[in-house]
Formats: sequence, structure tokens, C-alpha cells
Amino acid sequence: MHQEAAIREPLILGEKTYGQITEDVMQPVVGKANRSWWIAFGISAVMALWGIGCILYLLGTGVGTWGLNKTVGWAWDITNFVWWVGIGHAGTLISAVLLLFRQKWRMAINRSAEAMTIFAVMMAAVWPGIHMGRIWLAYFVFPLPNQFGSLWVNFNSPLLWDVFAISTYFSVSLVFWYIGLIPDFATIRDKVTQTVPKKVYSLLSFGWTGNAKAWNRFEEISLVLAGLATPLVFSVHSIVSMDFATSVIPGWHTTIFPPYFVSGAVFSGFAMVQTLLIIMRKVMHLENYITIKHIEYMNIVIIVTGSIVGVAYLTELFISWYSGVEYESYAFLNRATGPYWWSYWAMMTCNVISPQVFWFKKLRTNIMFTFFMSIIVNIGMWFERFVIIVTSLHRDYLPSSWTMFHPTYVDIGCFIGTIGIFFVLFLLFARFFPVLPLNELKTILKSSGEQYKKNSEDATQH
Amino acid sequence: MSNNIKYWKGVEELNQTPDFKAAEKKEFAEYLPVEDFVGDKSLMEGSKTSRRDFLKYLGFGVTAASLAACETPVQRVIPHVVKTDKTNPGVANYYATAYNDGNDYADIVVKTREGRPIKIEGNKLSAFSGGGVNARINSSVLSLYDGQRLKAPRIAGNEVSWSAFDKDVEGKLQAALNGGGKVRILTNSISSPSTLKLIANFQEKYPDADIQHINYDAASFSGALSANEEAFGKRALPSYHLNKAKSIVSIGGDFLNTFPNSVMLAKQYAQGRNPEKGWMSKHFQFESSMSLTGSNADVRVPIRPSEHAAVLLALYNHVAEVTGGSKVSSSSSAYEEKVKQAAQHLIANKGKSILFVGSNDRNMQLMAIAINQALGNYGKTIDKDLTINLKKGDDNKVKALVSELNSGTVDALIVDGVNPAYSLPSQLKFAEAMGKAKMSVVFANRANETTAAASHLAASNHYLESWNDDNPQVGTYSLTQPTITPLFDTRQMQDCLLKWMGEDKTYYDFIRENWIATSGMAAGPAFDEFWNTTLQNGTYKTDAAAAAVESEPKAIDAVSVARSIGKQATGEWEIEFYQKTGIGDGNQAHNPWLQELPDPISKITWDNYIAMNPTDAREMGFATEYGEQKDANTVNITINGQTFENVPVIAQPGQARKSLSVAVGYGQTIGKENEVIGFNVFPAMNYKGGEVANYTAEVKLEDADGKYQIATTQTHQTIMGRDSVVRETSFSTYQSGDKEKFNPEHTIATHKGEMSVNKVDLWASHPVAAAGHHWGMTIDLNSCIGCGSCVTSCTSENNVPVVGKDEVRRSREMHWIRIDRYFSSNPEDVENRNYTEMETPEDNPQVVHQPMMCQHCNHAPCETVCPVAATTHSNEGINQMTYNRCIGTRYCANNCPYKVRRFNWFSYQNLDKFAALNPSQDDLGRMVLNPDVTVRARGVMEKCSLCMQRIQDGKLTAKKEGRPVVDGDIETACSSACPTNAITFGDYNNKASKVLERSKSDRAFRVIEEVGTQSNVYYQVKVRNTETTSA
Repeated sequence: MHQEAAIREPLILGEKTYGQITEDVMQPVVGKANRSWWIAFGISAVMALWGIGCILYLLGTGVGTWGLNKTVGWAWDITNFVWWVGIGHAGTLISAVLLLFRQKWRMAINRSAEAMTIFAVMMAAVWPGIHMGRIWLAYFVFPLPNQFGSLWVNFNSPLLWDVFAISTYFSVSLVFWYIGLIPDFATIRDKVTQTVPKKVYSLLSFGWTGNAKAWNRFEEISLVLAGLATPLVFSVHSIVSMDFATSVIPGWHTTIFPPYFVSGAVFSGFAMVQTLLIIMRKVMHLENYITIKHIEYMNIVIIVTGSIVGVAYLTELFISWYSGVEYESYAFLNRATGPYWWSYWAMMTCNVISPQVFWFKKLRTNIMFTFFMSIIVNIGMWFERFVIIVTSLHRDYLPSSWTMFHPTYVDIGCFIGTIGIFFVLFLLFARFFPVLPLNELKTILKSSGEQYKKNSEDATQH
Repeated sequence: MSNNIKYWKGVEELNQTPDFKAAEKKEFAEYLPVEDFVGDKSLMEGSKTSRRDFLKYLGFGVTAASLAACETPVQRVIPHVVKTDKTNPGVANYYATAYNDGNDYADIVVKTREGRPIKIEGNKLSAFSGGGVNARINSSVLSLYDGQRLKAPRIAGNEVSWSAFDKDVEGKLQAALNGGGKVRILTNSISSPSTLKLIANFQEKYPDADIQHINYDAASFSGALSANEEAFGKRALPSYHLNKAKSIVSIGGDFLNTFPNSVMLAKQYAQGRNPEKGWMSKHFQFESSMSLTGSNADVRVPIRPSEHAAVLLALYNHVAEVTGGSKVSSSSSAYEEKVKQAAQHLIANKGKSILFVGSNDRNMQLMAIAINQALGNYGKTIDKDLTINLKKGDDNKVKALVSELNSGTVDALIVDGVNPAYSLPSQLKFAEAMGKAKMSVVFANRANETTAAASHLAASNHYLESWNDDNPQVGTYSLTQPTITPLFDTRQMQDCLLKWMGEDKTYYDFIRENWIATSGMAAGPAFDEFWNTTLQNGTYKTDAAAAAVESEPKAIDAVSVARSIGKQATGEWEIEFYQKTGIGDGNQAHNPWLQELPDPISKITWDNYIAMNPTDAREMGFATEYGEQKDANTVNITINGQTFENVPVIAQPGQARKSLSVAVGYGQTIGKENEVIGFNVFPAMNYKGGEVANYTAEVKLEDADGKYQIATTQTHQTIMGRDSVVRETSFSTYQSGDKEKFNPEHTIATHKGEMSVNKVDLWASHPVAAAGHHWGMTIDLNSCIGCGSCVTSCTSENNVPVVGKDEVRRSREMHWIRIDRYFSSNPEDVENRNYTEMETPEDNPQVVHQPMMCQHCNHAPCETVCPVAATTHSNEGINQMTYNRCIGTRYCANNCPYKVRRFNWFSYQNLDKFAALNPSQDDLGRMVLNPDVTVRARGVMEKCSLCMQRIQDGKLTAKKEGRPVVDGDIETACSSACPTNAITFGDYNNKASKVLERSKSDRAFRVIEEVGTQSNVYYQVKVRNTETTSA
């Protein structure tokens, strides 16, 4: 049983009762969608359709519809891939790592953070797929038995490790998320009255009975999955970083990459959680559950990880000078002062300098400001990947081959498209799924007899 | 052990009953009524199907069934109705022939597959052109399959049959000839003895008629020819022995690119530049625009076009001072010191030096002859008697022809091999004049400016469809033989002329008869053998010394020549006209391979432009960087009164201040959509004296405030102080013999102390050493002149797609081999590592040409990162690409430190964007594809394979012949095309191989060796004949 000091501020405000929690979470599922949902959904759907159109054109015509060239073989595609994977880190970190550390405040946010993770990883998986010259042969990357004798995938290739890392991460995250959803689906199933939703939710809830044995197993499996997911949080982005770290390209070939990428991923993931939740708590009236406290905690994670990222940037710079390798030192000098200086300084400003303002409590508890900063961090982290990929590639060893990268409308369209698809999925989630783990939340509700009496009195007075 | 146990089918068998015995003899146990049926006549007669009929039906049925089971024939197969001897599917045939388009000459070997010519290589037996080819020559095979070629003759624009055409032309011609009329034949310089004989016969046959043959060179050598005529009494150019010259000075002469037989000159030049033999030539170049030749010079002095004369006269005076000639008046020049230095070097190497002058001015050329005479070069490095016959054009005669045409007295004008309406100065108004001839018959491959003005258009053969002979140099003969029957209804000029003369024979017969006559042999087996041998070898060399006619040089009065040279017109701007290595004089401007070949200096493709010194450009406010999305500025330029609007201007390091240059040969159409590439500046050239001047001071330049999209394959010009990319040194440093000074080994600090980078490795070595073959390549940066012959040769061999200007602007050219050209930046900046300043080349930079292709690294970064193992290492040391396995992640290309991998961004064979230009998009163009090399699909990576198909072929040939592969058996497309033998291919495991020897030399280095790629391609340090080391 969870013990907590009485003087500690409650995690759920508004003096909620158990019943009210259920009602609050059920509200969007049983009620009608409001105007703002429809507007958001409409915009996202248009973006998604535009992106799908661009992707189809890309697949029909060739990778040449992007702005890549002989020197810069990856640009927005892998930038977007790493960006989305990075965003996908917060969910699992919140639900798995914070579960193991018994951070109860995670409960209000872990459901939507994990949904975000699932959708972000899905969007990430789009990119390595469509960036291939021949996507119809994508199954070649799986170590499938074949008639070609010893024809096997290349286990030396970090790109192959990526395939395994991302698919494992996605499956574990999905299972973890879904297991958590089961009791809540069951609650909805018990509450809804229309036939079709009832059927659907009863299917989704896998016949949850809510007996003590079920709860016991639920908690156990959650712990097991949290244990499984925790190393994945660190492995996925470490492996993604090895795409670069194991190469010979100055600016990529860096041993600092795995921890640097992981902290960057957590940094961007929390920023995206902030972006989503600040809107969601307002639109869906969840201010009592997702409180300033939550926002402040997440901002603290952002300062810590942002500072780690900042140290990593500076370490890279130092090493490039200290190594005495002319290509390495040029690569970093070129990042800061070359033709892509603006992207480097955008990255530095957004990721290193601006999060430091969260040292001020006033700012880190300011909702509007936090929202603004979360956007800044997302932009900064996109630029970080752009800087690493494009500015390293565009000027590597032989100056004869140095080029620039010029995105086309298809590059932009595909990126906007994944943002659109992501929001479509997230909005559908917000509408049809329990956005808060209502059953879990009830375990942290501080209620007393006094409170109950007060509530009953209020009820009789009205 | 045998089995003695017996089994019986039944008791009957055991007992051998009579019934059993009777039944045993019968084939079928049961009674079959065959006899009853066959024997019964009435039954047989009642049947309508006889046995014969039955067999017929059966036969038909089987045949029909098996035919129906066959696939329908694949379209686009060209069937051999009658298989020709030695044409075997999958086996290439080679034919020796000669290329001469009036601008370039080389003895070549044509590779044909299944009867299609697909590749042109140098004829290694040729003593004249030396076995190399240039880009224009090896690309000419594509012009054969040009879909825009004329497919039938035309009269007044309408296609007609040859018989109708012959009838019309013959009628008019005979009327003119018999009436004593004027017939003029205007051709490119003809050095074919049989063609000349044919024209002479033509003249002889109609003694009353006034028949004249005029040679015309679009790129005129008229001045040099006149000067040689005056000095030596023969209107021909001398031969050079550049390999014997220790001192080479050129004033505006681009002898490695535009001089007749430049292929051989390049070879000789490279021989003289090999420092390993103890000496190397020192090359001074005074020129206005940076030429291919100038980019290789040890000392290059940019001078304005009008200053060429002053430099020449000053040089003369310096030489005369020592040799005791009379001094001429010369204006002082700003380059006094350099001129003096050059003169001193020439004098120090008397008899072992050469002075070239590029000007088309007769007096300038006379002056050059005077200097070379004073230096005693004739008979040593220059052979005035072993003349080259490739250039014969006389600008004066062309001018005279035009006035004749204008007078309206010419009855018939026959034009072949030239496009005068395009390439003559506009002041002559050739097209208009040609219209005044009563009949004009123009032979051409494609419709052009001249054919548009002609009354009769004779669709001509491509040279690969024609017979001819040639006599490029005194004593040297060659044969041109067809390697394919004419693809279209075309006929060559000589055949037509024979027909119109009423001779009932082909030109082939005529050549043979002519050879019989001139060889002094009787027709018969002896001549046949001689003929066949010559045809097989392609060339025939008589004793040149005996053939050469000794001529007595006349003394040149330098003072009066200098006076005639006089003062050169100057202007605020002066413009020089030059030829690019790809396009030349423009007769192959419709060839996409050549348009896509980057200019060796500017690396610009698909355009000509006004080149300007970068400082001038900055002063004018023009962009000095262009390519990709950066546009060039445009100008309105008036040259000799002719205005070109909105033409691009680029900043060309090495261009003399306040001078401009522009390439001729552009402004022609290409591809199915008749796209015009560049602009034609030929018409803006003017006569000056008796020759067409190759520069003018009559230039007005104004900013047109426009932008122009320029496509260049290299947007970064300098080496950024990266010593391990290109290594160069001075000759004196090289001679010191201290390898540490000019080619130090890369070391790395380890716990065991400093170690060679090659000894420190994470990876196990590939088992390529000492087992089987270990292929590799060496490239001598001292021999490479940057001509680009290897690039087009590779394109042709490996079916490299043409991507067009827009894709080049997106940095997506597909060339498997490229030539990186680096300009030097200010050396002091290299010390300070001020990278921003290092990005800007010097105004007059030193140049390095570095061929770059897949380095076939033994520890290849691309191989480890491919997720599907599509790129792997062969046990013969080759990094190989498996197209079928490639899924196109491009990770390999990203991780390639040399950036040599090329990705198929689109389906170049199918996408509409490439329909107009890519040869693989139409049936005709596809015939040029090499069937041994896969045409790569969209979405796969490709790169240099070291001509895997040739290696395989060489190995198989050796195996069939039961012998090991010998060094030199296998040549890659680039190495065989290289006129200077800069590229050597071979087997490192063969102890006797040249490639091993060169890779072990003191000059050998590997590009960015410290990355640890263990590449199989070695480069040789570039040695400049300068006193001090730079960089």
C-alpha cells in the first residue's frame, strides 16, 4: 500500500471523488466532440492527406523528388526519423522508468505520453521506409530464410540494428500501453449504453472482471513490462545514434553519441508531452489532474536533459579541437560558421540557452510560457538532427564534392504529412480512449471522511 | 554374389505347360484384333482417314502445339536473317578505323556487339595518334544513334528517294558542268588521298567547267598554315616532338586540346613531364582564358588577348639578344620579368624547346617560326618536313567563295562536313550567299543552319557507316571502314559524287583502285593481303623520312613581320574565343555525353558563358559562386557589333584581368525537343587581315540585371589545405629524393609510439594478398591533364545515364569517374587555417586535376553499413555492387569518404523528364548500350566497378587460351581511353605488373589514407617544375 505524508500536496486537485474521476475521463468518450476538436481534427486531416499525397508521389516517381544529392544522401528524411524517435522516448520513460522509481505523479500523464510514443514511433518508422530507393524490397532487411543459400542481412550495419531496436521498442511500448488500458476500457464498457460502443469496448477490454486476482496480475505484468521497457528507453536512441557514430564521416564519428542522443531524445520527448498536454488539459478540462506541479516536474526534466545536451555539444566542440584531426575540426567550425551556421545557432539557442530560463520557478510554472518553450525545444531538436546529418555530410573529406542541400516541396510535404497523421491519431485517441488511467489515478486520490461529508452536503444543498 | 534363387510367375512356368509356351511368345497376353482390323480391306476402305493422313495430322498437331508453346518473339530484337560470319551473340568484334571530322583525328578501334558499334577506343597500333582518344572522339559513337539524324535526302525540304534526288542533282550538275559552269565544293579539311583523288578526277573529267575545292576549318589554322607556307614553301603544319622538349612556352596555344593531333601531343607532353627519368619539361603559358593546357603549366601568366603580340615580340627580342638576330621594336609589357624568365629557359634549352602560338594571325605565327628557328628547334623538337595534313582551311579562300556566291555565278555548291552558315562570321552572310547559287547540295547528318538554306539536302552517313582513307601525316595512312550498314537511307558524299560523275562504282572500289595505283602493286592476292592487313591494323606507315619532302626554309625578316603585327587594338574589355574540350568546334554539340561532360576548368556542363576574372566580377557586382541553386548573373554583350542578350557571366580564376572569353560551338539544338544549348558566338568573330581573328577588342559589356541557372558538377573550388587529398611538390624537392619531404607517411600515435596508419587497424585484412588476383589502379597526377576522355569513355562503357542540366544543378550527375579540379588558394591562409578565406581561389591559381572514382577500399566504409549486404568485397580486391540486392538506403554513399557512389534518383530509362536527352529512352539510342553492363533500375546505388565485365572477359580469354592473365591484358575503359597513360590498371599480386611497381614508387600515395580505408587505388604525387614548394 502506498504511504504518503499527509502534508504533501495532493496530486489530484479539485477535491475529486472516485466517481468524479470516472465521469471526467468518460466525458469525451460518451459526449459529443466539441468545436475545437473538430477544427483541430480538420486541420490535421488536411495535413495528413497532403503528406500522404506527397509520399505517394515520392514512391511513384523516385527519391529524386526530394532535394537530396550525390553528397547529401540523407537530409530531412533521417532528420525526421530521428526527431520522431526522440519524441517517442518520453512516453516510455514516464510510464516505465518513473513507475520503477515510484513517481506517482506520472499517473496523470503517462497514458497520453505513451499514446504519443506509440504514434511518434509509427511516424518515425515511416521515414526509413519511404527513404529507401526500393521500398518494395524493404523485406530484405529482415533475416528471412531464402533460396539464395547463405544470403543473409549484414549484421555489421547499424541500420539493421535500427530495424530490430525500433521494432522491439514499438512492440513493447504498444503492449505496455495496451495492458494499462484494459481496466479503463472495462470501466467504459460498463458505463456506455449504446450497443456498438459497448461491443467494441468489451472487445477491447478482453473480458476484464476487476477482481483482486486480475488486479494483482495487472500490477505484476506492469512491473515486468516496465522492467523490460526501461533498458529499451536507453537502447533505442543509442542504436539510432550508432547510425552516425559507427561511420567515418567527420561530425558523425563520435563516441559521445549514445548518451547524447538519449538525453536529447528525453528532452524532446518531454517537450512534445508538454505541447500536447497543455492543450489537452485546457480543451478537455483536465486541469485538476494535469496540474502545474506536473508541468513543473516536466520542465525540470527539460532543464536537466537540456543541460546534458548542452554539455554534449560543448564536449564535441572541445574534442574536435583537441583531437587535432583537421577534418573533425573543420566539420565543427563549418557547423558554427559555414553556410549552415543559422541551423547550428538555431539549435544552440533553442536547446541549450533557452531551457535555462526554467531555473526561474516563476517561468517554469507559467503555462503559456511552458507551451512556448516546448515548441522552441521541438524546433531546436529538429535542428539538432538536421545539423548533425546535413552539415556533416555536405562538407566531408573531398572538397570537390561539397554541396548544399535544398529541400523541395515534397520534402516539406512529407514532413508536414507525418505531423498531420500524428495529430489525427492523437486526436482520435483523445476522443475514444481514456486519456487518463482512471483506475490507477484513484489509487493516488487523497480523500477523507470530512471531504465526503462536505461533498454530500453540497449535493443536498443544490 | 549372384542370386541363384529362381522365381516363377506361376505353376505353368515351372512346369512349362504347352499353353504357357505358346502364350510366352506373344507380346500381349490377351488377343488383340489388329490383324482382323488391318487385314479387313472393306473396313479400311470405309475409313476416311488413311495412315498417311493420320501421320500428317499428327505431325501438324505436334508442330502446332510446340509452336504455340513458344514465347512470342521479344520486340526490339534485331534478327540476323543471315548470320554474318564471326558475329556471335555475346562476343564482341573489334574493327580498326579512323576518326576525322576535320577538327579531331585519331586512329581508333570500334567495339561492336551483335553488329552494333558500342564503344570507341584508341588504336594501340597507331604511331600517329598514340593509342589514346579524347572525349569528343570516344563519344562520337552516340552521334551514330542520334534520333534527330536525317533519314533520307530532301529537296526543298521534302523527303525524296535517292533516285529522285540523284536525277535532280545530276541533271542540274551535268548541265552546269557541260556548260562550263562554276562548281564549288566546300568541305572540312580533307586529308583523305582517295577523296582528294576523286575530286581531282571530277575536275579532270570536266575540263571546261570551273570546279574548285575549298577546305574550311571552323576552328581555323589559316594563319599558321600561311606562315608555314611562307617560311617553308608548303602549306601544312609541322609535327612536334613534345616529349623531347625540356622547355615549352605557349602564347595562347591550347595545344593539348585544339591543335591537330592533340591526342598525340598530350601523350608526348606527359612523357616529358615524368620526373622519374631525371628531368621534366618546364612549361610556361601566357594566355588570356584558362585553357586545359594552361591549367597544366608550371608558370602561367594571364595576359590580355591584345598583349599576346607584345609578349611574343618581347620574347623574340630576348632570344634575338642571345642568338644574334635583329631586334624588333616592341612595346614594354607588364610581364617583362616572366617573359624574360621564359626566354632564358628557352635559350638554356636550345634545340630542346618549343614555342607555340595560338593566334590565327599569320604574322604572329611567322614570328613564332622565327623564334623556333633562332632556338634551333627545327629538326629537333619540330619537324617541318614531316607535315601534318589535318588542317588545310584557308580563310581567304572561304571569303572569296562567299563573294563568288554573292555574284550569283556559282552554278552548284556542294558542302560536306561543315556547317558554314553556323560557323562563319556573320559579316560574310553565308546563308544568304548560298541562296544565290543555282543549286546548293549540302551533306549533313542533321538539319542545321546550312541545310536550312540549301536547295538540296543530302542525308549523309555517320563515319561509322562509311568507307574512307586518310593521310593525316606525311607517310602515315589509315583506313576508315564501316562497322554497321547505314541505319537510315543515307549516302556519303564520295559515293554521290561518283554517281553524279556517271561512274558505276562505289567509293570502296574507288579507294581500293586508288591504293593499288599509289602503292604500285598490281591488283591480286599480294595487294589483297596488304589491304586486309592495313584494314585490320587500321593504319599503315611508310618510311616517313623518305616520304617527307625536304623543304628549304626561307629567312624570315623579323623586323618587317614585327611591323606587320603592329599595334594590337585594345579596348576596355577584350574577348577571346576558345574551344571547350567537350564541344570543340561544335560539330558534336548534339551529343548529350559531351554536353554533360564538365568543362575541365570551370566544371560547368550544358552551357557556354562569358568568363571573367573573379576580381572583375566582384567589381561589376556579379556572383563569383554559382551552381546548384546559386544563379549566375547575366550580361548584354556586344561583340563586333553583334549583341547577345542575357547571357551568363561566370567568374573564372585564371582569366586575365579586363579580358573575357567565350566558347564557340554552342547555340545548337539537342534532343527530341530541339532544346538550344548556349549561344553561338561564331558569327561574332571577324576577319582581321586574311584570317578570322580569335579575339576582338570590339566589346561592349553591360549588366543585364538578370539571373541564369548554371549547372556545375563542382561548386567548391579549393583544396582547403588538405594535404592528404592531393599531394604536390616541386621538381627540386622531388629530386632531393627525400620522400619524407614530398610524400610523408601518415602516422598515428599509439601506445607503442608513432605507427604508420596502415599498421593500425580494427579490422582483419581481406585475404587478397598473394592469392589469385588483386586488382587495383594507379593514377599519375603528373600525367593527368584533366581532358575528361576517361569520363566519356566510362559513360560509354558502363551505360552511365545522362541526367541533363536540371539534375546536374541538383548535384546528381551520374559519372562513375570524375575529375576533381582544385584551384590553389592563397598559401598563407593555409598556414593560418583561415577556412573562409581558403574557400576563395586565387585570381591566377595553380590547378590540380585529380581523377576520382571508387577507390575499392580493402576496408571499405560502404561495405560495413549496408544493411542488406548489397555491397561487398570480392576476393580479388574489388568493392562490388549487387544491384539486385540494393534497397537504396544510400547509407553507403553517405559513408563513402570519396563520395563516388551514385544513386539512381529516378528511372532514367522511363521518366518523362529524361525522355528528350537520355539515349536509353528510345529504340535507336538504346543500341549504344553495352549489353555486358546492367542498366541500373531506379532506387539502386551504383559506382565504378573497375570495369568488372572487362576483368571477367580478360580472365576468360586467358583461361580459354590456357595461360595466366598477363599484365596489360585487361584495361579499364578509363585507362584505355587516357591519351597520356596516366591511369594504369593491373594485378597487385602479379609481381611483374606495372601497377605494383607504380604503387611502390616514392610518389605513390593513397587519398586520405589516414581514414584507414586501405584503398586499392594509388595516386602519384604531382610534381611541378617550379623552384619552391607550394602547399
